[in-house]
Amino acid sequence: MDDLFNSFMNGPDENGRFGDFGGRFVSETLMPLILDLEEEYERAKVDPEFHAEMDDLWKHYVGRPSPLYYAERMTEALGGAKIYLKRDELNHTGAHKINNVLGQILLARRMGKTRIIAETGAGQHGVATATVCARFGLECIVYMGAHDVERQAPNVFRMKLLGAKVVPVTSGRGTLKDAMNDALRDWVTNVRDTFYCIGTVAGPHPYPAMVRDFQAIIGKEVREQLPEHEGEGRLPDTIIAAIGGGSNAMGLFFPFLDDDSVNIVGVEAGGKGVNEKMEHCASLTGGRPGVLHGNRTYLLQDDDGQILEGFSISAGLDYPGIGPEHSWLHDIGRAQYVSITDTEALEAFQFCCTQEGIIPALEPSHALAHVMKMAPTLPKDHIIVMNMCGRGDKDIFTVAKALGVDMSESD
Amino acid sequence: MTRIDAKFAALKAEGKKAFVSYVMAGDPNYEQSLEIVKGLPAAGVDVIELGLPFTDPMADGETIQLAGQRALEGGMTLQKTLDLATEFRKEDDTTPIVLMGYYNPIYSRGVDTFLADAKAAGIDGLIVVDLPPEEDSELCIPAQAAGLNFIRLATPTTDDKRLPKVLQNTSGFVYYVSVTGVTGAAEAEAGDVGPEVARIKASTDLPVIVGFGINTPEKSEAIASIADGAVVGSAIVKKIGEGESTADVLAFVKTLADGAHRA
Repeated sequence: MDDLFNSFMNGPDENGRFGDFGGRFVSETLMPLILDLEEEYERAKVDPEFHAEMDDLWKHYVGRPSPLYYAERMTEALGGAKIYLKRDELNHTGAHKINNVLGQILLARRMGKTRIIAETGAGQHGVATATVCARFGLECIVYMGAHDVERQAPNVFRMKLLGAKVVPVTSGRGTLKDAMNDALRDWVTNVRDTFYCIGTVAGPHPYPAMVRDFQAIIGKEVREQLPEHEGEGRLPDTIIAAIGGGSNAMGLFFPFLDDDSVNIVGVEAGGKGVNEKMEHCASLTGGRPGVLHGNRTYLLQDDDGQILEGFSISAGLDYPGIGPEHSWLHDIGRAQYVSITDTEALEAFQFCCTQEGIIPALEPSHALAHVMKMAPTLPKDHIIVMNMCGRGDKDIFTVAKALGVDMSESD
Repeated sequence: MTRIDAKFAALKAEGKKAFVSYVMAGDPNYEQSLEIVKGLPAAGVDVIELGLPFTDPMADGETIQLAGQRALEGGMTLQKTLDLATEFRKEDDTTPIVLMGYYNPIYSRGVDTFLADAKAAGIDGLIVVDLPPEEDSELCIPAQAAGLNFIRLATPTTDDKRLPKVLQNTSGFVYYVSVTGVTGAAEAEAGDVGPEVARIKASTDLPVIVGFGINTPEKSEAIASIADGAVVGSAIVKKIGEGESTADVLAFVKTLADGAHRA
């Protein structure tokens, strides 16, 4: 662990690269802004006051640390490995997203920025951003694909209640990637007073590293909490998380990258199946490297380098790219990436509800579906830690529809 | 010396300012797009910027976004964009063509293959919006080695500290983006732009042309008078999007070109 030369935790390099991935592929107008941001982040990183303020808010406002919970009934039902759930769905706003938002908003305040913009897909990042902006009295504008505005109405209303302006994005196909395009267009226009709060470990350097660092609290807590259950020094044998852009997964994985004994698994959204019809969002299993939204990473794209739309039952995984650090971990083989279909995720969703009394979001349901595949094949002393990155309240309408239940009926 | 260098040298000798026009390749379809591009030199266009369509044009406003969508829906590709340039070159061997777009379609084809194909198609320079100087090793350096100009954007956020870095590997000309924002959104004021152009010209011998927000012959003239030339994109693309005939589009281009040439 102390051997810096053989560490997986040194990335990115000074050019924001993880191997060949990452970088700063932005227009000249934005370049000075991201250099300023990098400088300020480097200062904040070593400033005890910054960390003290964040720790205080994490504890009293977000409710950290989130519990590490032994899922006993699930473990028994699957009959193999011992399953722990990292309960990040218990955070304020119901997902891991707020870990990162708090860090970025504190940074925006240090930089004197008064106007916060964000993109959102399912609305979780938008809600977290609107929440923290309300907490600090900052103007908040959230770009959301028109299609998502329609299918995530409760989150749109939440953001409005919190005082944010939600801008439905109709450019392109009106999805998460188009929302990110429009947020970048806003930023390029309002360069002086605006801070772009990106919701995942993607975008131009320093975002992938910065968001990872803010989310790494997830993995750090797991390192401290598992010994409380399993005895001193015990590390998980497998850690597993769902991946859209990949922020909750990077947050869980990062503190374990140099622990050779820890098997790392990322679960992508396989939609209707990873095939040539591209009805999935599995950038690593079904895409190839390209450049979009400021970084080089695996992308869903056609032969001409045009970006394709992803497909998933989970709006939070519906992004044609993935954080560059995941692309790198994939290529060097440090982490393993698999995909789970909509159908498998729906089964896991229901299994979790009835076995543990936890209604999971559709995003971690993908991770859980893979846990359900692997746990029975592993010995009982094998410990799996899965990140329960969000709660499922937002998804009950989608799930009802997929299961053919009419919610307007009362019984 | 590329066609770009030759063109600017000739304009300088004549004491004329440059008029640069942008159109999206394949908009509204391949045939009409080719017809429009072929008519640009006679309408007074000195340098043609040919847009390479991309699904995610992050630095462009609605007008050019929609042009890219029309082109892609009509089956436009990087190859067909190069084909269009090849066709144009059969009749015109002097008007420079600058290919303008985003990196991914180029990266997807492979940089070396792309550069060889672009050169063969008669492309003279590249403007790739999402490749700042920090990423020069990707395409800028290989393009210069292949004999293509790499034209960089300078913007209102490019301060004195950063300017040398932006100018370092730039060739052909410098494109000054007169406003912070996307294409076609805000209006440029010659009064604000003049000092900025002077600041850039103090650091380079390259011609400095100004774009973003120019949409009338008067603005074209005003901007060209305080720089080495003016670029118009969205205003022309808007006419194409409104379904105007090739003749009407070119007549509009001519009024803008005449404006710049009066300067």
